[in-house]
Amino acid sequence: MMKDRMWWRHLVGLAALVFALVPIIFLISAALNPVGTLSSTSLIPSGASFSNFSKLFHDPNSPYVRWYVNTLVICGVAAVLNVLIGVSGAYAFSRLSFRGRRPGLTGILLVQMFPNFIALTALYLLFINIGSVLPVAGLNTSLGLILVYLGGAMGVNTWLLKGYLDTIPKELDEAARIDGASEAQVFFRVVLPLAVPMLVVVGLFSFVANLNEILLAGVFLTDTTHKTLAVGLYGLVSGNHNTDYGEFAAGSLLAGIPVVLIYLYLQKYLVKGLTAGAVKG
Amino acid sequence: MAPSPAERLARLSWPRVVFVGLVAAFAVLTIPTLVDKHSWTGVTISVAVTVILAYVYLTPKRIAARFLVPGTILLLAFQVYPIGYTISTAFTNYGDGHRLSQSQAVAQLEADSVLEQPGAQRYELSVATRTADASGPFVFFLTDPNGKVERGDATGLTPVPDAQVAKDPFTGKVITAQGWHILSGIQVNGLGQRLAGFEVPVSGGFIKSVGLSEAYVGQFTMKYDAATQTMTDTRTNTVYKASNGTFKAADGSGKMLPIGWKIDVRFKNFTSVLTDAAIRGPFLRVLIWTIAFAILSVLTTFGLGLLLAVVMDHPRMRGRRLYSSLLLLPYAMPAFISTLVWSSMYNKDFGLLNKLFGTHIDWLGSPWAARGSVLLTNLWLGFPYMFLVCAGLLQAVPQELKEVAKVDGASPFRVFRSVTMPTVLIGAMPLLIASFSYNFNNFNVIRLLTDGGPYPSGSSTAGDTDILISYTYRLAFGGQGAQYGLASAISFLIFVLVGLISYAGFRQTRQLEEVYAR
Repeated sequence: MMKDRMWWRHLVGLAALVFALVPIIFLISAALNPVGTLSSTSLIPSGASFSNFSKLFHDPNSPYVRWYVNTLVICGVAAVLNVLIGVSGAYAFSRLSFRGRRPGLTGILLVQMFPNFIALTALYLLFINIGSVLPVAGLNTSLGLILVYLGGAMGVNTWLLKGYLDTIPKELDEAARIDGASEAQVFFRVVLPLAVPMLVVVGLFSFVANLNEILLAGVFLTDTTHKTLAVGLYGLVSGNHNTDYGEFAAGSLLAGIPVVLIYLYLQKYLVKGLTAGAVKG
Repeated sequence: MAPSPAERLARLSWPRVVFVGLVAAFAVLTIPTLVDKHSWTGVTISVAVTVILAYVYLTPKRIAARFLVPGTILLLAFQVYPIGYTISTAFTNYGDGHRLSQSQAVAQLEADSVLEQPGAQRYELSVATRTADASGPFVFFLTDPNGKVERGDATGLTPVPDAQVAKDPFTGKVITAQGWHILSGIQVNGLGQRLAGFEVPVSGGFIKSVGLSEAYVGQFTMKYDAATQTMTDTRTNTVYKASNGTFKAADGSGKMLPIGWKIDVRFKNFTSVLTDAAIRGPFLRVLIWTIAFAILSVLTTFGLGLLLAVVMDHPRMRGRRLYSSLLLLPYAMPAFISTLVWSSMYNKDFGLLNKLFGTHIDWLGSPWAARGSVLLTNLWLGFPYMFLVCAGLLQAVPQELKEVAKVDGASPFRVFRSVTMPTVLIGAMPLLIASFSYNFNNFNVIRLLTDGGPYPSGSSTAGDTDILISYTYRLAFGGQGAQYGLASAISFLIFVLVGLISYAGFRQTRQLEEVYAR
């Protein structure tokens, strides 16, 4: 058998790493750059200071900590409820028989194909009405935005989770039912624990998807104090691209690092979740 | 024997009862407000949701519904309803200048036409409320030049005896009034917009405020005749006739009044996409680029991902885990951050790319460079995903089959083409289709990188990197005047296109699977 050489494989790998890492290194360099402008930033940091970070925390026009908290609350609550609603739907579609099961499955897939941002006008008008009755859930509130995000909870997630639940042997829940477990007990005590890896992946995807969402968040949250990181940081660079760059980079780094760490930590589950049909990019 | 009602009650688990109780309590709390606002739709929805939830969670049947109802209600309220609304908008001319109903438009035009008549008297004005917190409802206390005081509200004028008010000795302005709270100048100033719309009707016109302490009698200069559906400008005696959602001058001069109303235009928005040259040209250009962008994005990300996966897929390759962890980073980084970072790297004057290569390319400013930049960024964002997927799928390629092929004398390339590739494709096909439809509507990348630009000369609505979704967004919400009707029609077309492509793709996959599964 021919002896395989490894060096060219490493060469390709290293080239890919350069491509993958340059923007990230650039971002780190910009965050540490003491001058804090785009024009003075290069790939290798020319100096290192945390001035951008302290500026970020003290700039009254960019209440970064508020944005961070808003983002965690909105994306966190939406992710948890998304998963709960998604897995309930998946459980019904995977385990229970009822009328309209097949059309229901097709229907939720179909609804997802509508470019939903164009329904923005309708959502906007709808939430003006909701806000006039229930001010805590109107425009410019976290709750309102969470509700909009939950509109899609019974969608792709349901399909993803159904695919996963189908791989869990039905004998397990049948046995539990014979032992006298109610449907809720089967769901919460038998099926949910077995689906935890997939629930985590779907929750993470939903969290990140909402973290990246600028369109609805941009329209819904107009007060500076109500903004999310995506909307707030976008505002930092869209107006004054050169001078506020250090602040933007510092803020982005602080927002990005936790997500990156979670991804790395969950890497082995991710592959499974991805091949089950989740998409990004 | 069927269980008695008491037995049934005993079987109810408390979490369900608590849940229904909370929903009911919520309904009880909101319904008075809804009734107060005469929102009968709101009341109906509130009652219906409560009844449905109570039925589903408190009866012993409907087990599947218990798992489906919460998600379905949210889906109906925040996805299906807005979509339905949007589709119905696609058949109207809804947009800037056509937002109101006809009667609202008439009222608005008349109100906007109120002008102060030359030589008309002015009033000294004080604004008052019942309570001290200036939250309304408001009334005007008006002192005419003779010192007579009248109180004006939305229904008209009421004389006020001098005994009930105290007046400023010089101007005659009311300072205090029995039973009313006169607002200070600062308070009145703070009301701004709300007072601008406050008018006291008098015969032939309105009394409106001007500044903080004066009011004038304004006369309508536009008069609407409901029988003939015409508006008449009494200053010029021009007659405007209602037609196609606007008032057009009857003398054929083509003049139109600025406020129109929403009308049903049936299929006009759809047909104009195909027949109106001003829309069809940009639309086709954008459509072609959208398809090219989506296909190229899928091909480049899949190509690079597969290449890397194959390169790494060797039993003696060291550091595979380290490679894949580092290659995962672009995927793990929140995309909005990465895209903004890329957009700054493309900056013509200060950007990293021009600095590194010593070039002076206007990456995002010239059409082909911008298209390339968008694709490059999207490749960066997407290849780790494809890499992970392909790496996973390569594990599933049957090793024996590869060995057998090798023994039969097949070249490594032949093994890859005939054994590895088909297996990977079957697994990846649904993901490739999903990725295609995702990129077809990949608003964020376009919005954050180029915002559709650069724009070809002569077109300010459709840029060179615009995909359908960003183009539609500009039609609906752009600064040029919103055209919701047209934008909704295009959204509907996008919906149909993506649906058809996905459907065709999934059918194709099923056939592939049947072929290779034997």
